[in-house]
Amino acid sequence: MKKTKINEAHYVLKGKMVEFCGWDLPVQYSGVNTEHMAVRTTGGLFDVSHMGEIWFHGRDALRAIQHLISNDASKLQPGKIQYAGLLTENGCFVDDLLVHMIKENEYLLVVNAANIEKDFQWMKKHTAQFDVHVDNRSEEYSQIAVQGPVAEKLVQEFTDIDLTPMGYYHFAVGRVQGLDAIVSRTGYTGEDGFEIYFKSDAATASKLFLDLAEKGEKYDALPAGLGARDTLRLEAKMALYGNDIDDSHTVLEADLGWILRLNKEQPFIGQEALGRQKEQGIRRKLVGFELVDRGIARHGYPLYVQGKEFGAVTSGTFAPFLKKPIGLAYLPPENSALGSEFQIGIREKMVVAKVVETPFYKRSK
Amino acid sequence: MAQENLLYSKDHEWVRREGESVVVGVTDYAQHELGDVVYVDLPAVGKELKKGDPAANIESVKAVSDVFAPVSGTITAANAKLGEAPELVNQDPFGAGWIFKMIVTQASELGELMDQKKYEEYLKGIAGE
Repeated sequence: MKKTKINEAHYVLKGKMVEFCGWDLPVQYSGVNTEHMAVRTTGGLFDVSHMGEIWFHGRDALRAIQHLISNDASKLQPGKIQYAGLLTENGCFVDDLLVHMIKENEYLLVVNAANIEKDFQWMKKHTAQFDVHVDNRSEEYSQIAVQGPVAEKLVQEFTDIDLTPMGYYHFAVGRVQGLDAIVSRTGYTGEDGFEIYFKSDAATASKLFLDLAEKGEKYDALPAGLGARDTLRLEAKMALYGNDIDDSHTVLEADLGWILRLNKEQPFIGQEALGRQKEQGIRRKLVGFELVDRGIARHGYPLYVQGKEFGAVTSGTFAPFLKKPIGLAYLPPENSALGSEFQIGIREKMVVAKVVETPFYKRSK
Repeated sequence: MAQENLLYSKDHEWVRREGESVVVGVTDYAQHELGDVVYVDLPAVGKELKKGDPAANIESVKAVSDVFAPVSGTITAANAKLGEAPELVNQDPFGAGWIFKMIVTQASELGELMDQKKYEEYLKGIAGE
């Protein structure tokens, strides 16, 4: 099993360790509910070093990225971040990712752990015509996410970067506990927060995580595991690759039209298919639901629309902050209006669910 | 942590004899492994089960787990309090967090369960893995 450089810290903090995408990572420390509530009300810190960091350098870096992604990276300036889809010819997802513009001709793309090698091969293969160097440096980088209302105060104690003026989806390069780092105002929880990327040996990385956890105590911030990360992102309706988005659902079906720039200057992979689909209309759409009956609908449970089976729940859980069972699923557009009811097979029972507004949770600013 | 006067299954359920009936719940080890319990799907009274059949489901934030019938029998009661307070399974697994009662049809099956000492050894074996 692979270990992040922060691995040792998880054992010190008595995390309950599981295998996730080949990595030895904590599913929880004090409990999913407790950690989830900490992130919503105070703060939480996550080791997300398993995520991938792929760098683009060269004269054609922007053109190469524009060719690969659904969003319009030409709108980026140094220090700005954009969420985008890396798409197949059919307009489905190879992955979803964050594009950071470091400076002219230099970009950092952050991708999902399970997809690092696939993405890297895809990116190289489809940018051979450009003057760009694509470099997978995932092994070198650690990443710590500090999320929640106290995140700014907590991270500020460790960095010389002035965090207050930093806007959402912006980043700065500076030092964190003496280490060269990229600090971005991003996250996967629906809260304000930061993601810190840095290179170091394991002892230094573990120490930074433990020091953050210790300093975090005075703010009631807690180390948090993969369990809370999943419930937090789902309450905020952030898609999970492999569950809600994958290489058989398009950007339009995933209801992520806002990361699609069909009219951007440079053609991109998947553009034609999505242009056609936009004209012809979609046959399924990702929506949020709540259960009307009791129970919890989880990933893979079958869905029934007017008595007919129609795919399966893509993500589902009991939402710890909202205190109700929620989930995501693809429904026929004609059955996806707010309030529309459908059924989910939970073991031998049929349970009624209804379409609700998303995100399920939105933080007050 | 286990308790005296109870019998235990390898699935981390406890069984307390009450005459011809048994009360069934999950152990402290089980509730700890499950994490925060948020819903318990209880069996219907009158349901007949063979030893090892799924009887109830415990939903935690993380996952769903079956509670199996530790012996063959017929369900006579289910703990309705878990409807409003599923967290009782975490807070008081051997007491208020009980899950169901059943009349035992094959009393000999009780002999196949572990006593406290054996269960504690069984837990040590798991911890040593």
